[in-house]
Amino acid sequence: MQEHDMSWVRTEMALAEQAPRSQVGPGAWLRRNLFATPVDSVLTVLALLAVAWALPQMLNWVFFDAVWTGADRTACLTTEQGGQLPAGWSGACWPFVSGRFGQFMFGRYPMEERWRVILTGIVFIALLAPLLIPRVPYKGVNAILFFVVFPFIAFFLLVGGFFGLPYVETPRWGGLMVTLVLSYVGIVVSLPLGILLAMGRRSKMPIVKLLSVIFIEAVRGVPLVTVLFMASFMLPLFVPPGMTFDKLLRALIGVALFAAAYMAEVVRGGLQAIPKGQYEGADSLGLGYWQKMGFIIMPQALKLVIPGIVNTFIGMFKDTTLVLIISMFDLLGVVKQNISGDPTWATPQTAKTGYVFAAAVFWIFCFGMSRYSQFMERRLDTGHKR
Amino acid sequence: MSQEVIREAAPARASLLYDPRVRGIVFQVVLVVLLVLGVWWIVDNTIENLSRSHIATGFGFLKGRAGFDISNHLIDYSSDSSYGRALVVGMLNTAIVAIAGIVSATVIGFLVGIGRLSNNWLIRKLATVYIEVFRNIPPLLVILFWYQGVLALLPNVRDSVGLPFGSFLNNRGFYFPRFVWGDRAWLVVAGLAAGLVLSWYVARRARARQMATGQQFPVFLTSVALIVGMPLLGFALAGFPLSIEFPQKGTFNLTGGVNVKPEFLSLYLALSFYTAAFIAEIVRAGIVGVPKGQTEAYSALGLRSGQGLRLVVIPQAMRIIIPPLTSQYLNLTKNSSLAVAIGYPDLYAVGGTILNQTGQAIEVVVIFMVVYLGISIVTSLFMNWFNTKMALKER
Repeated sequence: MQEHDMSWVRTEMALAEQAPRSQVGPGAWLRRNLFATPVDSVLTVLALLAVAWALPQMLNWVFFDAVWTGADRTACLTTEQGGQLPAGWSGACWPFVSGRFGQFMFGRYPMEERWRVILTGIVFIALLAPLLIPRVPYKGVNAILFFVVFPFIAFFLLVGGFFGLPYVETPRWGGLMVTLVLSYVGIVVSLPLGILLAMGRRSKMPIVKLLSVIFIEAVRGVPLVTVLFMASFMLPLFVPPGMTFDKLLRALIGVALFAAAYMAEVVRGGLQAIPKGQYEGADSLGLGYWQKMGFIIMPQALKLVIPGIVNTFIGMFKDTTLVLIISMFDLLGVVKQNISGDPTWATPQTAKTGYVFAAAVFWIFCFGMSRYSQFMERRLDTGHKR
Repeated sequence: MSQEVIREAAPARASLLYDPRVRGIVFQVVLVVLLVLGVWWIVDNTIENLSRSHIATGFGFLKGRAGFDISNHLIDYSSDSSYGRALVVGMLNTAIVAIAGIVSATVIGFLVGIGRLSNNWLIRKLATVYIEVFRNIPPLLVILFWYQGVLALLPNVRDSVGLPFGSFLNNRGFYFPRFVWGDRAWLVVAGLAAGLVLSWYVARRARARQMATGQQFPVFLTSVALIVGMPLLGFALAGFPLSIEFPQKGTFNLTGGVNVKPEFLSLYLALSFYTAAFIAEIVRAGIVGVPKGQTEAYSALGLRSGQGLRLVVIPQAMRIIIPPLTSQYLNLTKNSSLAVAIGYPDLYAVGGTILNQTGQAIEVVVIFMVVYLGISIVTSLFMNWFNTKMALKER
């Protein structure tokens, strides 16, 4: 047997070679991501041109050419229109927003009572923030405070008429405050109602099922405008003469019922995704219907449909703007009212400025909600996803 | 060790209270009774309220004279027309804006959705920014922005902005040339119809031949030639019966041509851009939803990437895309009722005016419900048919 000649054995690992010059660095990144094919290059150049054309204009309008201080419309007028700015000027008129900021937030809520709204807001944030951060303990108590106790606090503080607080009638409410009140009530009412409707739709009792289906499909089939319209014109017809409904309350009922129908469909999707074995398992443990739903089915089903639920919330938050059609003043309504009905700030740029501001506020809320739902989805993803 | 005696219990006879069947029946009976009582209470109150304010019920009011003008009308309409005709005009206006919006939202949505999957970093980021911006802003705000923030700032008629092809843009809307067809223009339509029928026939024959012999036939090019060529032939045969009417600038107004009002423009633009953001996400999800193995499989079969996309990926992606796409179309149609905020006379705005004039709240709301629910039901029937047609055929 011939022995192998082991005259040279490598003892250390070969050092990793540098990646080829063409594969690393900004040049390679550009080639891969922007100029991979001729078509890509053309697209990149076109897109760059579009960005170079649009972005400076937008930045100039929002920041560099914008007017930041002023007392009334003359600050935002060009020489042709009777102001000091050069002819052909175009830019945001921010003093309009800062001058009307109180109205945008509170509507016509009395000046000396606005601390009540601010206090409600502080309580709201103080209760909501720990609920959203997963690490904070006492979630149960917190949830009860937020969903059950807080509405009463808010009601007493905002409406008043008790404990020496003067009564503020709801037509004076407005601005972001109304947007938030509508969304909060919509969310708090629509989620449980939607769950009930979804359970009704999957119920074995034919009449319950039929009624749920009729309600859900009828509400989902018509625009929210029609539902609000019904709530504001037909509810007063439905109650005995002499009994009146608050306008805000009518809008609240409309928004909550509308959102509940959509929520019901989302929850139903989750219920359908739960395997039959879970229902049978719960039955075999001897759990009753409500126990089965509360302890076994709903926790799994709701977890599955968190994105859908948050999408419904976002949709509802955006839809609260529609109350301006039944002449109530949420944030968008107040902005619109100040643009078209107030000569103090009537300039060509006022409308754009006001709407850009309102859009920014709505965008921050909606974008925040969608990001939070993505975070929650990842956190709750326990790997059982079907 | 004492053995416990297991007593044979008599078969448990649960009391009626705990029998789920009995409970179900009792619960439903109670529900029905409550519902009937509630409806009776509401109807009773409504009748009393209506009789107090002296409003007649029933749809007789539809024959009454409307007495208001509608700025956009497809069919003949004047303030002397009836309420019923006004409602039809409103319905047609809803249909126009919905169809136009659906077409452009689909085009923008598909472009942006594919852009989000592009290999090009810049295009991908731009598409993402577009989607995130428009999805998170209320559509009503976008409509008002276009209406009061952009279109209202356009110059007045005297300083109209001239655009290519003799069109103009000013604060009264968009003006573009009108095609005026002369005599025998029906030959063009006939040519188009003939082209369509012929290309359908060619496609069928080519398919049959490919099945039988394996030989291919350039169906696409032939069809394009037929569909473009036949109407042109008809056009030539009829002696080119077409004249173009350009909008003419006068002192106070533009005359001639077609005028698209700013109300329509802002509603149309806002609905298209808003819905397109959602459609883009649907398209992206659909394409991502086709497993990568399918792409690899068509490459393994030797299909080129264009063929593979057309024959393998897109048919499967469409199965995922179309159901949510339809519900976006429905949403767009329902959102067109936001027209009332800027005064575009759609069904909802016209109905609102009628309600204010006549006080027939219940009838008007019933009409709204019937029309919108009708659209929803027709769409969902179509969807169900489509779903069964497209569903995976598992054997």
